Amino acid sequence: MLAGDKGNEKCRTFVFHNEDHTLGNALRSIIGRYPDVELCAYSMPHPSEPKMLFRIQTFGPPAVEVLRRGLSDLQALSDHTLKVFEVFFQCVVSYNI
Amino acid sequence: MDPISESRRRISIKEHALANVSSPNYPGSCAGYDDTFDIKSVIEKLKVNIKRLEGNEMEFDLIGVEPAIPNAFRRILLVELPSMAIEKVFIYNNTSVIQDEVLAHRLGLVPLKADPRLFEYRQEGDEEGTEQDTLEFELKVTCANNKAAAKDSSALKDIYVNHKVFSDSLKWVPIGNQGDVYTEDDVGPVHKDILLNCLRPGHKLDIKLHAVKGIGRDHAKFSPVATAYYRILPEITLTREVEGEAADRLQSCFTPGVIKVSETKDGRKVAKVEDARYDMCSRNVFKHKDLIDAVKLDRVRDHFIFTVESVGALPPDVLFIEAVKVLKGKCARFLEELSTI
Repeated sequence: MLAGDKGNEKCRTFVFHNEDHTLGNALRSIIGRYPDVELCAYSMPHPSEPKMLFRIQTFGPPAVEVLRRGLSDLQALSDHTLKVFEVFFQCVVSYNI
Repeated sequence: MDPISESRRRISIKEHALANVSSPNYPGSCAGYDDTFDIKSVIEKLKVNIKRLEGNEMEFDLIGVEPAIPNAFRRILLVELPSMAIEKVFIYNNTSVIQDEVLAHRLGLVPLKADPRLFEYRQEGDEEGTEQDTLEFELKVTCANNKAAAKDSSALKDIYVNHKVFSDSLKWVPIGNQGDVYTEDDVGPVHKDILLNCLRPGHKLDIKLHAVKGIGRDHAKFSPVATAYYRILPEITLTREVEGEAADRLQSCFTPGVIKVSETKDGRKVAKVEDARYDMCSRNVFKHKDLIDAVKLDRVRDHFIFTVESVGALPPDVLFIEAVKVLKGKCARFLEELSTI
């Protein structure tokens, strides 16, 4: 999953196999808004190749750390969406009955 | 509202263009606004509101997120959630006018009720299938002349037997202990009245079918949703009073139900916005030069009206929950992988 230049750990390109815009854009929209991130972008090198390239350049922390933070934030966000949706759904269902 | 917070909150629909389509929300791009991603504040802002739940259709609001998030859910619903569909068609006899391959494709598109969460993916190269990953069906139909038909009758349904093959002719054949776990209603076709083929006397179908679990990326027949889409909430503001004949004209510019024309106490007809939610956002109003300055058309940037329409195997709320779980699972998987580096 990992490729990139040695030496400078602030810049990395990660290769996500079998992933596309679904994860790429969601993750980009989160990591791009971290104050210590200089650049965050993703690309699909070719539509028939099942991989997504994810680039992170930071002002300080290692890129891997930032990716880790991004993934756990996205995980927390979807977890919260799930909870809120389930609570509201229960309300609606019990209200209708 | 000042222009900056206005442009951050709304996309504006102008006569010939859209304004503020993208709003820069990177930290530091907007003086006076803190755009730093902070999971706590994002979670606080997130709101869900279920608007409609009718059978296989569900409409709900997802408020306070960036478009990338609902778009991820939408993409997952379409191509990454599994469902069961007919994948292998063993044709022992087909003397109907539909060619084997066309018939096989047609059979593949029949939606099945089976809950995909109870099945495994079939291993590559496995031709037989097991009770965990395969549902077997049988389609055996022969068309014949109806000997009991009245002599003067010419209606096809009277003179022939089985001249139309519907999806209820797909007979489920339990494998292993499937007969104890499921009933035909649990796993069979969602609709009993899908026309599969038309026969004439002498035509015969003898077909064995295997339904397996798959995802929409592989083939659209595996997609568990008929549609899953979102739109951004429209917002219409009247900036001045519109009355009389102009009020009726204003009403006719929008989707029915959006503008209401009511009579005031002193007998004037006045237009007001009733409910902009279902407005189709046409720009008809801009055709009337005298009304241009009376309306402001916007869309609320972070308010998504999400609609999920299930094919029938799982209810739409369960599908959405599964989609969110898939996104969560992706993050968990990569976090796990990162921890080994």
